[in-house]
Order: sequence, then C-alpha cells, then structure tokens
Amino acid sequence: MLDDKDRIFTNVYGFQDWKLAGARKRGTWDNTKALIDKGHDWIINEIKASGLRGRGGAGFPTGLKWSFMPKADVRPSYLVVNADESEPGSCKDREIMRHEPHLFLEGCLVASYAMRAHVCYIYVRGEFIREREHLQAAIDEAYAAKLIGKDNVHGWDFECYVHHGAGAYICGEETALLESLEGKKGQPRLKPPFPANSGLYGAPTTVNNVESIAVAPTILRRGATWFSAIGKPNNTGTKLFQISGHVEKPCVVEDAMGVPLRELIERHAGGVRGGWDNLLAVIPGGSSMPLLPSDQCQDLTMDFDSLVKLKSGLGTAAIIVMDKSTDIVKAIARIAHFYKHESCGQCTPCREGTGWMWRVLERMAVGAADKREIDLLFDVSKQIEGHTICALGDAAAWPVQGLLRNFRSEIEARIDRYRAPVPREAAE
Amino acid sequence: MAARRLDPNQPAAFAFTPENLAWAKTTISNYPEGKQASAVIPLLWRAQEQHQNWLPEPAIRLVADMLGMAYIRVYEIATFYTMFQLSPVGKKAHVQVCHTTPCMLRGSDALKEVCERVIHHDPHHLSADGDFSWEPVECLGSCANAPMVQIFSDTYEDLTPESFEKLLEAFKRGTPPKPGPQTGRQASCPAGGPTTLKDFAKA
Ligand SMILES: Cc1cc2nc3c(=O)[nH]c(=O)nc-3n(C[C@H](O)[C@H](O)[C@H](O)COP(=O)(O)O)c2cc1C
Ligand code: SF4
Ligand code: FES
Repeated sequence: MLDDKDRIFTNVYGFQDWKLAGARKRGTWDNTKALIDKGHDWIINEIKASGLRGRGGAGFPTGLKWSFMPKADVRPSYLVVNADESEPGSCKDREIMRHEPHLFLEGCLVASYAMRAHVCYIYVRGEFIREREHLQAAIDEAYAAKLIGKDNVHGWDFECYVHHGAGAYICGEETALLESLEGKKGQPRLKPPFPANSGLYGAPTTVNNVESIAVAPTILRRGATWFSAIGKPNNTGTKLFQISGHVEKPCVVEDAMGVPLRELIERHAGGVRGGWDNLLAVIPGGSSMPLLPSDQCQDLTMDFDSLVKLKSGLGTAAIIVMDKSTDIVKAIARIAHFYKHESCGQCTPCREGTGWMWRVLERMAVGAADKREIDLLFDVSKQIEGHTICALGDAAAWPVQGLLRNFRSEIEARIDRYRAPVPREAAE
Repeated sequence: MAARRLDPNQPAAFAFTPENLAWAKTTISNYPEGKQASAVIPLLWRAQEQHQNWLPEPAIRLVADMLGMAYIRVYEIATFYTMFQLSPVGKKAHVQVCHTTPCMLRGSDALKEVCERVIHHDPHHLSADGDFSWEPVECLGSCANAPMVQIFSDTYEDLTPESFEKLLEAFKRGTPPKPGPQTGRQASCPAGGPTTLKDFAKA
C-alpha cells in the first residue's frame, strides 16, 4: 500500500483548513519561485520524466502534451483546465476543488509558466457551485498575497479565472469545452487542428484535467524519480480512485497506480457488499469503460495498460462495483440512457444510435426482444464506434459491447423466460 | 438530446439588480476584448438566480444585448444547457435527483418515488402549493456519496428514502439541514473513519 508520506492530496477529505493558511502548513506555495526559476524546459522535462499520464480519461502523457505548445508565437497561449467532471462514477476533481484548491492553483501557475501562458481558465461544471466558490476564494487569497496576478512574487504575470458550464456532459470533451468557453453550444470540433495549434480563440491552448495539474507541483518538488518509482512502468505515480456502487463504504482514496482492485475495495471501501464472492462485475474506469465480470477481477491491477489488455480502460479510475443483486442489463441500459441524453446531436450515428441502443436495451432488460437483435445491437454499436466527430460515440458503444461480450447468455435467458408460455394457473 | 422550449407565460421585462449589473461588468472583463460572448453562461446563470431560479425570455434578450450577440445565439445556449430552467420551479426547493447508474445501484429509484408522491407525479411540474418541483438528472459527480440530490447550490448525499423525505420536510419548514452526507460522515471519506492519512484527520 502507498505510504502516507507519498500521498499528494493530504486534505482530500477536508478534515483540515482548505484556505491559504492551512494549505501553506501542508507545503503548498512553499518557495514555488525555486521551481519557476529552473525554467520552462526544466519543468516540462521533469513532468515528462515522471511518466505522468493525463488523469482526465485518455491517459495521454502530460509532459509531452505540454511540449507541443509553441515556444514563440505572436498569439497568447492559454492553459484551460477541465473541471467538468461528469463521467458517471467520477467524483475526485470535486474533492480537489473543495479541499485542496491552493494545491490545484499552484499547479495552474507552474503549468502555465511551463507552457508560456499568462492566462488560465478553469472550466467547472455548472452543478459544482460550492467547488467554484472555494476556487474563487482561493484565487482571491492568492491575488491578495501576490502569489498570482501582475508583478507577483514568482516573476511570471499570471491571471487565473473560474468559468463554468450549465449542465452538459459533452463540455468535458476538450474541444466542446473550448466552444462552450467561447460562448457557444458545447459541440465538439473536428481535429485537427489540435488545441495546441488552434484552441481557445484560435490561439495555442492546452487542456488538462484538474488532477493532472494539481499533482504537478508535488512532482516538481519531490522530483520525477520519486513519482516514477511509484506504480508500474508506463503507469506511474499516485492516483485518486473513486469507489462507488455495491461496496460497504464507498469512498475516494489516493493509492498507487497498479494497486490490485481487490485490495482497493477491501482495504478502503470495506469490501463488496455480501463479500468478495458476491461480486458480479465491475466498471473499472467510469461509465464509458466496458465492464469486467468477476472472474476477470480476481487478480486485476488498476492501471492503464492492464485494463487495456482486458479490452477495458482505467479512464478516470472511477470504479463502479456491482454485486449479484444487480440487474446488469438495466444497469447498462441506464448508462445507454445517459449517453443518449448527453449526445450533442451533431453526428447522425451518435444522435440516432445512442437512442436506438437505449431503447433496445430497455426491451432486453425485460426480455421483450428477439435473439437476432443481440447481434444487431453489437453491429450498430460498431457502426457508431469510430464514426463520429468526438469520442462520445465510442463511450456510448463500449459499455454496450462489454455487456454483450460478457452477459450474452443472461440476455438470452431473459428472452426465453419472456417467451415461455404462461402456466395456466398463473394466467387465471 | 431533447427538445426544450421557452415557457408560454413570460414576464414583461427583466433587469439586473445594481449589484448583479456590477458583477456582470467585472465578469465580462475576464475575457479578452471582442470575446465578451464568453460570459454568456455566467450571465444567464446570474439572471436565473435573480429570477426565482428560472430563466425568463426578457433576460435572454437582455444578456444578448449586453454581449452584442444575436438573440438566436443566446436562445440556443438557454435551450442547449439543461441547468437553465425555462419554466418556474419550486420556490422552496427544486430537487435534482441523480439517477445515473452509480446512484441507481444505491437506490435512487426510491428517491424518485418519494418525489412522485410528495411533490408531483411528473418532473418539471410545481407541487400544489408551488413550493417544490423536481427532475431526474444525470450524474452529479458525487457517486461515492450516492444516492444524492442537489437543491439549488447544495448537495445532500448518502440518502435513504426516509432521510430524503425528512430533508424535504425541513425545506418545507424553511430550515434546511447542513449540506453534504446526511449520515454524519466526512465528505467522501469511508464511513467510520479514514483508512489513510489518519494523522491528518485529527488536526
Ligand atoms: C465525451 C467526453 C467527455 C469528457 N469529459 C471529461 C471531463 O469531464 N473531465 C476531463 O478532465 N476530461 C474529460 N474528457 C477528456 C478530455 O477531452 C481531455 O482528454 C482531457 O481533459 C485532457 O486532460 P488530461 O490530458 O490531463 O487527461 C472527456 C472526453 C470525452 C470524449
Ligand atoms: S459523437 Fe455525439 S457528442 Fe460527439 S460530436 Fe458527434 S453527436 Fe456530438
Ligand atoms: S451517479 Fe449520481 S452522483 Fe454520479
């Protein structure tokens, strides 16, 4: 298990003061200038060497992403932080914003400096109103203490603004987020061009998740070798895991990348309801990641590469646990409903396909379907996957594919039961 | 995607209070010259908060004028983003019940039944006294504290049908309880106390 001394988010539950005085006691804003003085390239190289991969879902190497930003451009550069946190199962950025806003803000400064950006916008999902208030309070304190702003003690002019949405999951997709931040409907853009070339207001922009940014100062202070020694090769560092569903004690907890799923659930979340053997399936990385049936969970380790090998993914490390009482078809039908509700409507396969998949799954949940439709559903999901502007189409297709791969016989049994002739006594 | 339309009954006019107007000017200045449209969601949201938590049509036009945007662009924003309430909502509480899978697994359907019984059979309808309304919403980002609801700015978490009904009664009396977990646990810490950072919990 990860040692407490290696935990980055020491106030994740908010037992301590989240304001500036409390944050300083925990080491935040401690001689940040020394980090800045080492230069733009040193910071980017250190983040590269740490092996940090983006915590927003896709796991793209953070240092490499930062290095794509132009070093000399007539246009301003922007850091935009993705605090839209809307992937079902995910609830970690919320804790960072509520309880560690200064650690996060310090990350915004060093990341912006590394990418030669003087302005940062933090895009917070509309529902996170208290989170926004905490962030704004932290920003106000930082301005007053001259930690940020013009002529601050760090010698790098830096303005940081909190922006917000108003209820649209799709605004978590980075180009939809930029559209929304520009005052438009959150409809994803075609890529290329990528944001590093043409992002916010057509200027070079990097979009990063809250956690990716918030861990940066600690990595720089303690060194890339410290971070990369935790976890597994290519899957380094610590990670906030979120454990929801049928466990005794749902929680958010920071542990090492590559921690065994079972250890995570039993040590921190009080175990599966009714015991480990009562486990039916787990969604390991937020709703868009295909579920894994219990036999694949026995020795599962929680990192990007292990989960990809099982045709699933770490995503945001949001673990949704389902015990044997779960109506698994209904559970996935609800996820399908989510994607139908959140499709932005631009691409026909996504707009029409998400609703179609949901309707079929609702029928399958009660057995009112034809067995031929199982293959048809799989086929339709394949026609959505990879044929849309953004990855919401994939995110909608994968959970359905995961269900069909692993619980086909369950669906068939329901269809058989639905079709079985009703015994005479029961009918009368 | 679902079609969302403006309410047929609209007030004649809308104006920001002087405080909100000053706030709006500062907010607009957070964005570069010529990019004022960026402020559209924050301004519409402030208008909704000022107007008993629903967004009237004159406010949409006012915000468009303030930002130099075509009306249709701002209508689009108001109908695209689902937190904009286009019809009146409960005065004492508009309850957003999260019903996505993590909340469903821990009993959000039972919370919806409480709403159907206590507030109105259908979402987006006012209770008989006009004090309450409700709607099912997608994941509110608090899944480790499921099931949960959001009422205006705050979340109420780790609910049971019983504690939820008590919560609604408290709102009816005008004495809402402390937001967050309704079981006494701290944020998303495991119930009964942390498994990590125990020294930090005491400080
Ligand atoms: C439909 C969709 C929703 C997304 N939602 C989020 C989100 O809520 N938060 C987030 O950080 N990334 C989200 N992403 C990923 C972002 O597009 C982007 O990859 C990420 O913010 C990059 O940050 P990172 O490199 O630090 O992980 C979403 C992607 C898609 C396709
Ligand atoms: S895939 Fe879906 S959400 Fe993404 S751009 Fe197309 S319609 Fe919109
Ligand atoms: S599913 Fe309800 S908060 Fe995430």
